[in-house]
Amino acid sequence: MMTSYLFRTLDAKAGVFIAILLAVILLVPALNILIAPDNFFHVPNYAVTLMGKYLTYALLALSVDLVWGFCGILSLGHGAFFALGGYAMGMYLMRQIGTRGVYGDPTLPDFMVFLNWQELPWYWYGFDMAWFAFLMVMIAPGILAFVFGWFAFRSRVTGVYLSIITQALTYALLLAFFRNDMGFGGNNGLTDFKDILGFDIQASSTRAGLFVASGLALLVCFLICRYVTKSKLGKVLVAVRDAESRTRFLGYRVEYYKLFVWVLSAMMAGIAGALYVPQVGIINPGEFAPANSIEVVIWVAVGGRGTLIGAVLGAVLVNFAKTWFTAALPDVWLFALGALFVVVTLFLPKGILGTIGDGWTALRQRRVSSNAQAGGGKPPKTPPTSPAAAANVDPQPAE
Amino acid sequence: MSLARSLFALLGLVFLLGVQGQSVQAQENLDALRPLVNNLAKGKYDETQRQVEALVASGDPVVVPTLKALRAGDLYVRKADGEVFIATKGGKGYLLIDPLTTENAGEAGRRDVSKIKVNNRLRRVIDASMGSLTLMAADPKVRLAAAEAVFKAGDPEGLEPLEAALQKETDDDVRLVMEQARAAALLNSDRGDSDKLEAIETIASIGNRDALSLLIGVRDSTEGALQEAAAAAITKIEKSLAMWGNAQNIWYGISLGSVLLLAAIGLAITFGVMGVINMAHGEMVMIGAYVTFVVQELIRNSAPWLFDYSLFIALPLAFLISGSIGVAVERGIIRWLYGRPLETLLATWGLSLILQQAIRSLFGPTNQQVGNPEWMSGAFELGQLTITYNRMWIIVFALLVFAGLMLVLKKTPFGLFTRAVTQNRRMAASMGIRTPWIDALTFGLGSGIAGIAGVALSQIDNVSPNLGQGYIIDSFMVVVFGGVGNLWGTLVGAMTLGVVNKFLEPYAGAVLGKIFVLVFIILFIQKRPRGLFALKGRAVEA
Repeated sequence: MMTSYLFRTLDAKAGVFIAILLAVILLVPALNILIAPDNFFHVPNYAVTLMGKYLTYALLALSVDLVWGFCGILSLGHGAFFALGGYAMGMYLMRQIGTRGVYGDPTLPDFMVFLNWQELPWYWYGFDMAWFAFLMVMIAPGILAFVFGWFAFRSRVTGVYLSIITQALTYALLLAFFRNDMGFGGNNGLTDFKDILGFDIQASSTRAGLFVASGLALLVCFLICRYVTKSKLGKVLVAVRDAESRTRFLGYRVEYYKLFVWVLSAMMAGIAGALYVPQVGIINPGEFAPANSIEVVIWVAVGGRGTLIGAVLGAVLVNFAKTWFTAALPDVWLFALGALFVVVTLFLPKGILGTIGDGWTALRQRRVSSNAQAGGGKPPKTPPTSPAAAANVDPQPAE
Repeated sequence: MSLARSLFALLGLVFLLGVQGQSVQAQENLDALRPLVNNLAKGKYDETQRQVEALVASGDPVVVPTLKALRAGDLYVRKADGEVFIATKGGKGYLLIDPLTTENAGEAGRRDVSKIKVNNRLRRVIDASMGSLTLMAADPKVRLAAAEAVFKAGDPEGLEPLEAALQKETDDDVRLVMEQARAAALLNSDRGDSDKLEAIETIASIGNRDALSLLIGVRDSTEGALQEAAAAAITKIEKSLAMWGNAQNIWYGISLGSVLLLAAIGLAITFGVMGVINMAHGEMVMIGAYVTFVVQELIRNSAPWLFDYSLFIALPLAFLISGSIGVAVERGIIRWLYGRPLETLLATWGLSLILQQAIRSLFGPTNQQVGNPEWMSGAFELGQLTITYNRMWIIVFALLVFAGLMLVLKKTPFGLFTRAVTQNRRMAASMGIRTPWIDALTFGLGSGIAGIAGVALSQIDNVSPNLGQGYIIDSFMVVVFGGVGNLWGTLVGAMTLGVVNKFLEPYAGAVLGKIFVLVFIILFIQKRPRGLFALKGRAVEA
């Protein structure tokens, strides 16, 4: 029933997106492995890893879009869930090293031997088993999100306040993970991984496998997000976004809806982090930096919030630009990123997809109305999209 | 007035005469001592020892360098004329120094001089006499240092010279330290118990860590009444030390709180009063710090005598520069985004990235050197507390800025307009207030104060493009904790967070303490979402 429901709700845009994503998932590894390296169509290994990284970023952006675009919760701390998922994966990979570490200790990771730890801390138990680690990838961020969200939403912390305390949350975790006593490798984090599920992590086939896994995870999460947002629950979420008090007065337990979507989103971010770590080969506390989390928000804003596809598009576009800029004009990148924040919020409040969508509807409406005008009707107004329209908003303090 | 002036002139004259008289007398002393010093080179150890005792008997501290050199084996005699010098290797053989005046006395070849030999017995004699010599020195600072050295060593050998010195001592401060040193030495000597009990009392009155360790030594090595007295004194000292420890934590906490206050107070205007989330606030602080750097750089290159006033020049400049950037930002970006706080947050974050990178491109990514003026360096002691001047001035400055801001908001027409606009924009506009200009100026005021804060923070923090980022989360925490729209809340919030942080640090460490504070605020916001001092009203947002 669920699948039929899913297909029913798929519109043309989503269909195109899924087709493109599937094509990428199939083509990139194929071109990497099957085509000879000297061929023009060959995709080099580094490009596969790079694109795999983009896909995990896209998944992270998707999770942010789910809470921001549909529920109005601007999270400046999604990097925390991403990094927690990454750490869960990193712990599994550390345990897989076994005796191949520098110190050759069968259970203790190198950094613990270095710090003269005698035995494994309790929270490292079980991470030698893949199923447990993969479960923790979702559960660890999920629990954090649940506890945080339970307190925050119940006491009706909303808007900017929530944004700031999510930022404080990830900042606190950043400081905590920098400590050596925490048992997560301190400043250096977890690195020097050898293999995953028995496959060599450096091998190009494993890389391609991770790429496919990232793509599939993105696809599945996209479908889940779509299912959630198109359902009745999704309608309530949008109502919460647009008029929280009114929704509450209508009898909905707003905090439960928020909590559900918040935890779901955190789990997706955790999965993104877990897929990210084996591809870049390291996880360190830097991932908790508040700046990273804010950057994710701009990916979503560029693509168009509340569109899901836009988040994926924005993440890939911005990160591609980042890769290009940091290689070609490293000094200019922060200028460009900063300008992107300003320009998008001022001139493209709906992002690329939103603006295109608006233009599309406007065009169609004009066509409809011109048809109707032939019948004697009045042309309906086009929705405002330009910054000039936004500028007409009477300045109101946000209280 | 003229009376005072002539008095000063008279005093100066007397002083000059006195100095001259002293120097004449000193010269005579030197002439008398010279043969004694030269005699050191004659004869064997026994003879030398007698000469040393003769030198010490002179009681003149000018012989101290000679004795020190003798002890270290640096005293040489010139074979040609039998004159004695302190010599160090260098030049064509040895560099000679006159042992009494410690002035350079030329060089000597390797074979022209011979060393005055010294043995352990001689060294002991010198050690014992050295303390008594410095205790008699003319300079009270030297006497003080000598007495402190005896106190630390607690050597019973020092007892007799100390008592001799106490007889002659005139300076009250030095006398006090000498009494304490005498007590310390007495405890280790074989004097009677009643003397020792008195000594314990004297030492207990000092009340610092040295005294504590001394008394612990006494407690562990004696019995009976002495031990009891020592134990009682130890508990007393420990209590007072704990109190001073708390006082120190409060002081450090207030110091940290004043830094937080400085960083947050501009934000309290833009976020608290106007409701604008300015993520570029930290960068305004950073710009203020860089203004200080540029001003100091210009002064160093063109007018070094102005250096002590550099901060006073930097303050208005920083206010103007950060303030005008603030006005430009409000006119250019923020005014399009009123009513959309989340978008404002993102746009100003982008702005902060641009400002950071601009500073990085202009000045480079490394830390810049910003100096402390004379009046901001150094420290003074208050009881067991060491108070540094720069921390103290920053606390004073933070409170001044706070008071100034309060005055502006409560007592000036501009402040009145600002409050009117934030309370009821439409009504204020109807009354003829140009609300857009008030918005721009208020934002400029907040940014300008951030710039001023940057001048102060440049004195205690590294001036780098990342300066502002370190403060932004803390300042938001302060404003949110204290309550939005309330400057008093910001003051209380900053001080509370500062003190709590410093009290947590000894137990949890700096990083964990900070984490606890963050978690505490996160929990606190759950309980009181509008902060410590919430504005009362019936407003329901959205």
